[in-house]
Amino acid sequence: MNEKEIFELRKTAFNVRKHIIRMSGKGGCFIGASLSCADMIVYLYKKYLNLNKNNLNSLERDYLFLSKGHDVPALYGTFVEIGLLEEERLKNHLKTNDFIYWHPNRNIPGIEFHAGSLGHLLSIGMGVAIDCRIRKQKNKVIVILGDGELNEGSNWETILVAGAKKLGNLIGVVDRNKFQANMATEDLIPTEPLEDKFESFGWEVHRVNGHDFERMHNVFTKLKTDDNKPKVVIADTIRGKGLPSIEARADRWFVNFTDEEVEMLLKELEGDESAQITSVPLHVR
Amino acid sequence: MKLHSSYELLLKDLVDSDERFMIVTAENRAAIRNLPNQIGDRFIDTGITEQTMVGMCAGLALRGRIPIAHALATFLTMRAFEFIRTDIGLGNLPVKLVGGFPGFLSDGNGPAHQAVEDVSIMRGIPNMNVFCPADEEDMLICLPEILKSPMPFYIRYNNPRPIYSHDRNYKISKAEIVSKGKDVTLLVYGILFKQTYEAKEILEKAGYSVGLINVRTPKPIDEEAIIDASKNTKLLVTIEDHFLTGGLYSIVAEIFLKNKITSDVLPIALMNKWFKPVLMKDLLEYEGFTGAQIAGKIKEKLKQIKY
Repeated sequence: MNEKEIFELRKTAFNVRKHIIRMSGKGGCFIGASLSCADMIVYLYKKYLNLNKNNLNSLERDYLFLSKGHDVPALYGTFVEIGLLEEERLKNHLKTNDFIYWHPNRNIPGIEFHAGSLGHLLSIGMGVAIDCRIRKQKNKVIVILGDGELNEGSNWETILVAGAKKLGNLIGVVDRNKFQANMATEDLIPTEPLEDKFESFGWEVHRVNGHDFERMHNVFTKLKTDDNKPKVVIADTIRGKGLPSIEARADRWFVNFTDEEVEMLLKELEGDESAQITSVPLHVR
Repeated sequence: MKLHSSYELLLKDLVDSDERFMIVTAENRAAIRNLPNQIGDRFIDTGITEQTMVGMCAGLALRGRIPIAHALATFLTMRAFEFIRTDIGLGNLPVKLVGGFPGFLSDGNGPAHQAVEDVSIMRGIPNMNVFCPADEEDMLICLPEILKSPMPFYIRYNNPRPIYSHDRNYKISKAEIVSKGKDVTLLVYGILFKQTYEAKEILEKAGYSVGLINVRTPKPIDEEAIIDASKNTKLLVTIEDHFLTGGLYSIVAEIFLKNKITSDVLPIALMNKWFKPVLMKDLLEYEGFTGAQIAGKIKEKLKQIKY
C-alpha cells in the first residue's frame, strides 16, 4: 500500500467518524464501540474484501458479518463512503420510515444478517464458510467480534467446532477495545491471554494495531485462507478513537448527545480542543 | 410423490435430487445413522453444540441451502431457543429442525430430557411452524412437502409403525380427518394418535359417534377443521403428550375466542407437571394415556354434558 492509498483510507475513516458522531445525537448510538472498529471496517471493505454493491448477490463474493452489532454506525458510515447506502438515509436514524436503528438488519443492502444478541454471528459465518468450502469456492468469511462479546459461551462453542472443521476461510476479527458495556474487560471477566485461548482451540492467531492501516494490510494480505486453520486477527483498538474527550472511557459506551455536543465533537474530530460534554450516558444494558 | 420406506431413504433421495438439502446434527444420529457414509460433505455433525448447529444452519440457509437439523427435542428447542427465535424465526430462513425423542418418546430419561413444552415455545416464534406426525407413515407422507417448503419448521420426529393407513394427500396446514362424529371429536397430534385411535374404537363399541382429527401441524393449524368439529359435535377432546399450557388445548381456545364460539372441551394433557420416567408402556398407564383410560375419561365427561 503506498502513501496515497493510506491517505485515502484515513480520509474515508475520517468521514465515517463524522457519520458516527452525527448518529450519536437525536436518540444516540453506541459511539465508543463504533469509533473503535471504524478503521478496521474501512480497511476491510476498501482493501481486503471482494465485496461491493455490484456483487452482493454473488455466491463467489466475500462476506463480512458484524457480530458485535451495536457498532453498526461504523458499518453504515462505511457503506455511505463506498456507495452502498445513500448518505441521506443516515438522517433516518431511529425514524419510523426506515430501518436504521441501534443494531444491523437485512433491510439495509450490504448487511449480511441482523445482529444484536451477542454470540450468534460466528456460528452463522461458520455455516457460510462451510458452504463456500463445499462448493470449492475461495470466498473469505469475516466475522467481527467484540472483546466483551467473547464472554458469551456460544462463541467458544463455535470456536471449538470451527477449529475441528478446519475452516481456513473463516476469519474472526476481535475489536479489542478493552471495554465492555460498563467497565474494562479485564476488570470483570479477564479476556487475556486471548491469543493462547484461540491457539489452543486450533486457530491461527494474529495481533495488530486496529488503527494502523499499513500494519492491518500486512496482516490481512498474508492470511492463507485455503489452509486448514481458522484465523483470528485480534485488533487492538481504543474505544472512542478519534475523540480525546471520550477515548477509553467506560462511561462513553452508549450516549445520546445534544445537538450542540454533536457540533463540538465534530470540531474535536477536526482537531479543536476537547469538547465539553455534559450528557449523562444512558446505560441501555 | 412416492412414499419412501424410511426417513433415511427420504433424506437420501432429497439430498441426491436437490442440491439445496444438507443433513446436519448436533451428534444425534439415531434417525440418520447410515447417511454420513452415503452423502459425504452434505452431512455435517457439529458435536454436542445445539446453538452452534442452529447458527450454522442459518449461515447455510443464507447460501441457498435447506438444512435439516437433528438434535434431541429438548436441547434443540430449549438450549438453542434464542438462536431459533432470532436467527431462524426472525430471519425467516428455510431451516428444518428435527427434534428427536419428543414428548413421551423420551420415556425413561427423566425430566431433563422431556420436551413437553416444545410445541408451545416453537409455535410462539413468528414464521416458525410445527409438524407433529402421528407415526412413521404419516411423517413420510407429509415430509416431502414440508421439507421443500421455504418455511422454517420444527418437526417432532416420530417413527412407530402405523396402525392406520393415512391419507396420502397432504397440504401444509391441512389436518387429516380420520372420521367425523356427532357425539365427540378427538383432536390429537403425534405419538398419541395410536392411543386416541384405540379410544375411538372403544367409544364406538359403546355406541358413540366419534370423530377423529390427526392435527398434523399445530401450526399452521387447520382452523376450519376444528371449527367444523365444534359445530357438529357435542364434545371436543384435545389429546397431547405436552404441558397443558400452550399446546393443542390453548390453540383450540385461541380459535374459539377469535371466532366468538364456545364448546365443551376436555383436555387430556400433562397438567403442567413432568411425567414419570419409565418405559413407554408403563408410562402411558401411569399417566393415564392408554386408549382405555382416554376412552374412560371421555365417557365420564360425556355423562356430565347436558343436552
